[in-house]
Amino acid sequence: MNSTAIENNYNKLKARAEKNLGSLENKTVIWVGTATCGRAAGAVEIKKFFEEELQNNDLEAQVLETGCMGHCYADPMAIISKPGFPPLCYGYLDEGLVKRLVQDFIKGDDPCYEYALVALEPNDIFPTFEDFPRGLHEEKIILEHCGFIDPEQIDHYLATDGYAALARALMMGPDKIMEEINNSNLRGRGGAGFPAGLKWEATKKAEGDIKYVICNADEGDPGAFMDRSILESDPHLVLEGMIICAYAVGASKGYFYIRSEYPQAIKQLKRSIKQANEMGLLGKSILGSGFDFDLEVFVGAGAFVCGEGSALINSMEGKMGMPEHKPPRLAVQGFRNRPTALNNVKTLCYVPYIISKGADWFNSIGTPGNPGTAVFALAGKVANAGIVEVPMGTTLRHLIFEVGEGIPRDKAFKAVQIGGPSGGCLPESALDIPIDFDSLQEAGAIMGSGGMVVLDEDDCMVRIARFFLTFTQQESCGKCTFCRLGTKHMLDILTAITRGEGEMESLELLSELSEDIKVGSLCNLGKTAPNPILTTLRYFYDEYKAHIEEKRCPALMCPELIAYFIAPQKCSKLCNVCVGSCPVEAIYNRDDGLKAIDQEKCVKCDNCLKACPTDYNAVIKVSPPHLVKEMEEAM
Amino acid sequence: MSEKITITIDGKEITTDTEKKLLWVALDNDIYIPNLCAIREEERPYAGCRLCFVEIEGLEEPVTSCTQPVTEGMVVKTRTPQVDRLVKTSFELLLSDHRLQCNKCPKNKACELQKIARERKLKLKSKRIKHLERTFQIDDSPESFALDPSRCVLCNRCVWVDRNVAKAGCLGFSYRGINRIITTFNNVELTKSACTQCTLCVEACPVGALYFKE
Repeated sequence: MNSTAIENNYNKLKARAEKNLGSLENKTVIWVGTATCGRAAGAVEIKKFFEEELQNNDLEAQVLETGCMGHCYADPMAIISKPGFPPLCYGYLDEGLVKRLVQDFIKGDDPCYEYALVALEPNDIFPTFEDFPRGLHEEKIILEHCGFIDPEQIDHYLATDGYAALARALMMGPDKIMEEINNSNLRGRGGAGFPAGLKWEATKKAEGDIKYVICNADEGDPGAFMDRSILESDPHLVLEGMIICAYAVGASKGYFYIRSEYPQAIKQLKRSIKQANEMGLLGKSILGSGFDFDLEVFVGAGAFVCGEGSALINSMEGKMGMPEHKPPRLAVQGFRNRPTALNNVKTLCYVPYIISKGADWFNSIGTPGNPGTAVFALAGKVANAGIVEVPMGTTLRHLIFEVGEGIPRDKAFKAVQIGGPSGGCLPESALDIPIDFDSLQEAGAIMGSGGMVVLDEDDCMVRIARFFLTFTQQESCGKCTFCRLGTKHMLDILTAITRGEGEMESLELLSELSEDIKVGSLCNLGKTAPNPILTTLRYFYDEYKAHIEEKRCPALMCPELIAYFIAPQKCSKLCNVCVGSCPVEAIYNRDDGLKAIDQEKCVKCDNCLKACPTDYNAVIKVSPPHLVKEMEEAM
Repeated sequence: MSEKITITIDGKEITTDTEKKLLWVALDNDIYIPNLCAIREEERPYAGCRLCFVEIEGLEEPVTSCTQPVTEGMVVKTRTPQVDRLVKTSFELLLSDHRLQCNKCPKNKACELQKIARERKLKLKSKRIKHLERTFQIDDSPESFALDPSRCVLCNRCVWVDRNVAKAGCLGFSYRGINRIITTFNNVELTKSACTQCTLCVEACPVGALYFKE
């Protein structure tokens, strides 16, 4: 192979990128995080405010877009890098703060430290991410550039040594790449943790005139948004991993299977593919190596089950998104019956780093058997929600209480739900489990693709199980008996329990059905659907029992099992807020001017509890509902 | 090229060809394994009914015999506690969504569900699993037959013959999960669809969902 030509071609691209980026040096640049999480919080307006304010003040500064740096709790965010100061990151932006920053920092020289979150470079004045617990525990590999480069410009990626791994891989040749990936022990990040090397090897060895590489970006777990964030923030990293994979297994065509609910990521990917084509990083003879590879985006129609490999293939072939019995494996007989390597977004992201830094480096991170890092979308009742990347083997306790900074509003931790609808809920006692594929599976959850929802004392575990079952039951394709009918019956039983209509015998049936569905279902959607039930039964049996035997919801969450009550000793004659907040006129003035609730009319909407001023906190929830009568009589 | 091999099913030694699926080897040798969706001619089994479980020595969990290729020396058991438990649950689940009025059903005594119940001593009415009450519309537009979705077990057999033998392309699935039904394109009556009324689908139906009117 023509190594010098590849190296020269790459160096030319990189030099050009660096030259183009040089124009930003010694200039004030404002980077606004406009990934979907930022947009939802108003980042597009924030960018507009910056531009208007700069124009109004006749100031010269460039406003650029960047992706998500993982600190979604502080959105909308921006980084301001002004010569003479370390780049500073600001969060919780609004119009007023933008005006202030432009006036004081861009125009003047006061960086408004009181509003800054962190500095991005070590300095003597202001702390950096590394000075906080989260920074200490986090180890960023694939998220390294997310939120710090402009995903719309390929030059930004090239300037951070982007595509250098591709050039290196093209010089190494497919066999050496395979050796490196095998030695790295990289496990697929889609959930099951299947060794990526074995998968690639099988595709490489399989016979076929054409081979395909597909990136599975059908991220569908409720509460999971890691893949979206990476695709929006650093799309070229995924592209680079795809091209290297294609070269290693001998594929000539690749597809991104991405769900239609990710319009921003789709736009970003299409743009990136176009840019890579223009630069000679895709298409005919990539970097002059003689290797041809084309990439295309395939937009899924939004079925969760299409994240399952064989259903994904069916969907791409224009058939109903329905899983098939395996074997044959996709690696042997996949898309259009040709050998197909199907990889998760994150798996592909590790590939360029492994090629650049070597398998030994990758093995030095994480634990033996589970090398590398784990990327989680931390959500739910946790102070610092967002996207985090920690080395494998970090304990759940570290992740939730150090990286996520614990539970907000002084509430008590109850459980953590890992792996979405296929995963399980782990209690306090399981918090010292190290995060890796095998340990989590042992505890009854799964690593999954990275969704992690933290639950506190106000969350009812029966309802949580019911929430996930509602999801799987709706998303079941309906092909096989266990999943189609089994999930329906399990959901019916759970619904009855949350309404106080459950029986203790139904718990037995629930675990019997769970065990049978786990073994008997055709695909992994069905096989893992009982996990939320099995883990909550295992760790929170008492809550099920309270619902059934006492008709009591310990977390005061199930509407049928609670009642609202206004404590007269706390209520004030002078306040009428709750009366106005009630949508059904269930709250009335008693003869003495205090308020009370007509239980017949109450729809348990929770408005009065939220509306009651904290000075009084007079509205309380009780369970079981009949307690209200006793309390009223006791008054 | 297939070669002769020997396998053991329930203690009975059987000589057969490689590349055959276990279910058909068993059935051809008078060993009954419950099944609804299996089609001999289909290379890639549908594997949807989840009734044909067997245990194979060396494998941890029961497998569906319709998808399992036979190999030399394979030792198979069609009745073990774990197999029986899975088949019972699967059968009860199917019946929980099946309108049970056998005496009014044209397939009475020729129904595969009744056969499974007889062979495996299973009850048609489950004590533990609640019956789902749902309403469906019967399509009796064709001259000689009708489609009653309330008896359908979604085995795919009618869809398969419609596409692969009759080549009419009239039947297919609609909706997901529990709402899934066999229907025509755009949910129109059979006579308004591509249906040629060849009745092959009626003959393929293992239960009384597609049935001759008289």
